[in-house]
Amino acid sequence: MTVHNLYIFDRNGSCLHYGEWNRKKQAGISKEEEFKLMYGMLFSIRSFCSKMSPLDMKDGFLTFQTSKYKLHYYETATGIKIIMNTDLGVPNAKDILHQIYSTVSMGLYVEYIVKNPLCVLGEQLSSDLFSTRLDLYIRALPFFSPRAA
Amino acid sequence: MTNAELFTLTYGALVTQLCKDYENDEEVNKQLDKMGYNIGVRLIEDFLARSSVGRCQDFRETADVIAKVAFKMYLGITPSVTNWSPAGDEFSLILESNPLVDFVELPDNHSSLVYSNLLCGVLRGALEMVQMAVEVKFSQDTLRGDNVTEIRMKFIKRMEENLPAGDE
Repeated sequence: MTVHNLYIFDRNGSCLHYGEWNRKKQAGISKEEEFKLMYGMLFSIRSFCSKMSPLDMKDGFLTFQTSKYKLHYYETATGIKIIMNTDLGVPNAKDILHQIYSTVSMGLYVEYIVKNPLCVLGEQLSSDLFSTRLDLYIRALPFFSPRAA
Repeated sequence: MTNAELFTLTYGALVTQLCKDYENDEEVNKQLDKMGYNIGVRLIEDFLARSSVGRCQDFRETADVIAKVAFKMYLGITPSVTNWSPAGDEFSLILESNPLVDFVELPDNHSSLVYSNLLCGVLRGALEMVQMAVEVKFSQDTLRGDNVTEIRMKFIKRMEENLPAGDE
């Protein structure tokens, strides 16, 4: 079981952070194009889900999976979007993605970025502390192992 | 838990310094609103992280969350929500007490100073980040002789999420 990579976007579609742990195949396009593609796809898929929903929608789009990987999506009310690609063994990662956004004990995005007045919101996150802590957090997840199952 | 007195004194020092720097109540009010706005746009993330409140369905729910969760979390008070306009787009928050103004009296030469104007900016900034444009102002202030402190909040519009500009 493993985590392949993780994207964090802000409300304007700028990619704030990208982390990779276990990606065997690249997309074949530049990182910038990849971020745009990811953001654009999510925007469309969320709009699609809410339009086509046969019931009143509460949370909207959460995950999709293929035969090889699963994409988990989490969005805050302020438009911060966290996307994590894992292998198929991982159940719903919503709580984990919420943790990456917040928490009192690990406090990643909120603690290290929002509360740091020198970090300009909306730009690529340059805080080493944030990157390191995120990396440690992902590696410590129960379903993470350096080699994909 | 931070010391409430330190917070009140710090805020007082801030307003005093602004008064010295700008020498004009209206300008100070503007600066307080601006500073509040900058606080609000970041504070909302902390609030969402700690309270696990999801997106509000309508303005009434927003009002309740502001009064019962946000004010409680950050200032330790729970204002009451009243005076809804018939259209449901305006309401008042009545504050029985205001931690920012403990020990404060306004001198006569500062009668148009809105001492706690920072709060208006905070609310405006925070709500803007969750796609709501609002107007916030103090309609009554105990520091200026009124019986209660009242913040009036008006919903202007919902801000739509826009797709980032592509270059294709």
